Amino acid sequence: MSANGQPAPLLRLEGINTYYGQMHILQDVNLEVREGELVCLLGGNASGKSTTLKTILGIVEPRTGAVILDGRDVTRDSTAKRIERGLAIVPENRRLFGPMTVLENLELGAYLRPRADLQEDLERVYSIFPLLYERRKQLAGTLSGGEQQMVAMGRALMARPKLLLMDEPSMGLAPVLVERSFEVIQEVHRAGVAMLVVEQNANVSLSIADRGYVLSTGRVVLEGKASELLTHDELRKAYLGR
Amino acid sequence: MDWDKLVQLIVNGLTLGGVYALVALGFSMVYGILKLLNLAHGDVVMVGAFIGWGVLGWLGGAQDPAVAVWLLITLMVLAAMVGCGFIGVAIERFAYRPLRRAPRIAPLISALGVSFFIQNSVLLLFGANFRSYESFDLVDVGIGISWGPLNVWILRVVVFVSALAMMLGLWLLVTRTKLGKAMRATAFDREAAAMMGIDVDRVIVRTFFIGSALAGAAGVLIGLVFGSINHFMGFGYGLKGFTAAVVGGIGSIPGAMLGGLLIGLAEALSVGYIEDVTGRIADLTGGRFPRLGSQFSDLVVFLILIGFMLLRPQGILGKREVKKV
Repeated sequence: MSANGQPAPLLRLEGINTYYGQMHILQDVNLEVREGELVCLLGGNASGKSTTLKTILGIVEPRTGAVILDGRDVTRDSTAKRIERGLAIVPENRRLFGPMTVLENLELGAYLRPRADLQEDLERVYSIFPLLYERRKQLAGTLSGGEQQMVAMGRALMARPKLLLMDEPSMGLAPVLVERSFEVIQEVHRAGVAMLVVEQNANVSLSIADRGYVLSTGRVVLEGKASELLTHDELRKAYLGR
Repeated sequence: MDWDKLVQLIVNGLTLGGVYALVALGFSMVYGILKLLNLAHGDVVMVGAFIGWGVLGWLGGAQDPAVAVWLLITLMVLAAMVGCGFIGVAIERFAYRPLRRAPRIAPLISALGVSFFIQNSVLLLFGANFRSYESFDLVDVGIGISWGPLNVWILRVVVFVSALAMMLGLWLLVTRTKLGKAMRATAFDREAAAMMGIDVDRVIVRTFFIGSALAGAAGVLIGLVFGSINHFMGFGYGLKGFTAAVVGGIGSIPGAMLGGLLIGLAEALSVGYIEDVTGRIADLTGGRFPRLGSQFSDLVVFLILIGFMLLRPQGILGKREVKKV
């Protein structure tokens, strides 16, 4: 807890400006995720959502601004160093290690965890996704899309993150699986893990989030409580289409 | 049918194949993780052979070894493995890492440069003469396995068995250990591996160390069985190792082992039979086709390579690369 009684921010982006060559992609982006919070980052195609995540992960380096993770400036640190600070990600398109088994994928999620905790972490993930236990010896690349999504989420949870990033969890999934994904997100959130969910699907994500940010052409154009954003006229017009 | 000859050729082929497989493994591992053809890999084999030769001389030479022969051979192999491992790490650090984000042709040219650099450094240090391990003095040629048509010099057995043992060790490392999992993950998707907290640079360095150490071991084994070494030998062994890696399926570790043995056997059998076969063909066709001597065995090896490139470019165990959109 910080002085003003609010939970301390786990992640803070301060005045981020990111360029791809000459193109100014992120323009003075400020964003915060506090402990235990579920924050969603909304925006359409080419709004800068992915670049924001890449900046948080250190895959893209900002020209100016700072990335603060758990109180430390990690702007110049490698991706692996940032993961060490308690970050985990369910990447877009899941990015599973296809030629490796489900179990090996989960073990890789726990790469930085002490080996002694591996069994316990596995059992925890299996209790959330019992199917993964049945499929543990199968190659991840041979699973269906929904099953792969479970592996990707399970793999991220194996890291016991303080902050979990989710990139487009609903993308390419059947509606029933989208629902299941968001149920799991809520479950994980209730267990006290802070989350940043990047989504195009504003309705579903705002309905479960605490706060939200809306990106448009690289700028944060709206931010606030999720409940307020849900009823916000401009957002409704732009995203919810009614 | 001359069974004794066939058995002898198979024994030769397996020895050669074991060595080729070790070289192919390094090619394949580095290709798997960086998608880079490490053209300097053959020269690392050559340096390994020279390190082994240096240790041999330092410990009294083949005629008068200061320690037991088994210990001497072990020390030679270990020294070459460690020395070449560090050379591999240095090559990665200075010749490839600065070009990690460059177009793929740049590290390839850099690799060629490293190859010339190593060859000429050894030429400068040791001269152009062939050096000999004098293996027949080290281990008497009469000592070995003798069973029916099978007559194998013990040193060949040692070479084949130690090549197999190293391959088995590598297989266990890659499939069972945390480093092995990190290596496979990095080879499959470097960015996703970093997202798991894997220090990708460190994994790449270790891959180079292991691949180059196997090349170093191969260099000593070559010196032990085939006797003479020189600064230019890396080119030939590198090319054969590369062929083995491609035929087996580049990027695949079991593929490299299989490809190595296949190429070794093909070479040995063509050394033994190319004269008979081309002679028979020449007789039947009234001399329309040339008679070839055993020095043309490489022709067969590289015809196999070309055949694979045309008919099964992914190799025996490789997977066809699917372009992702």
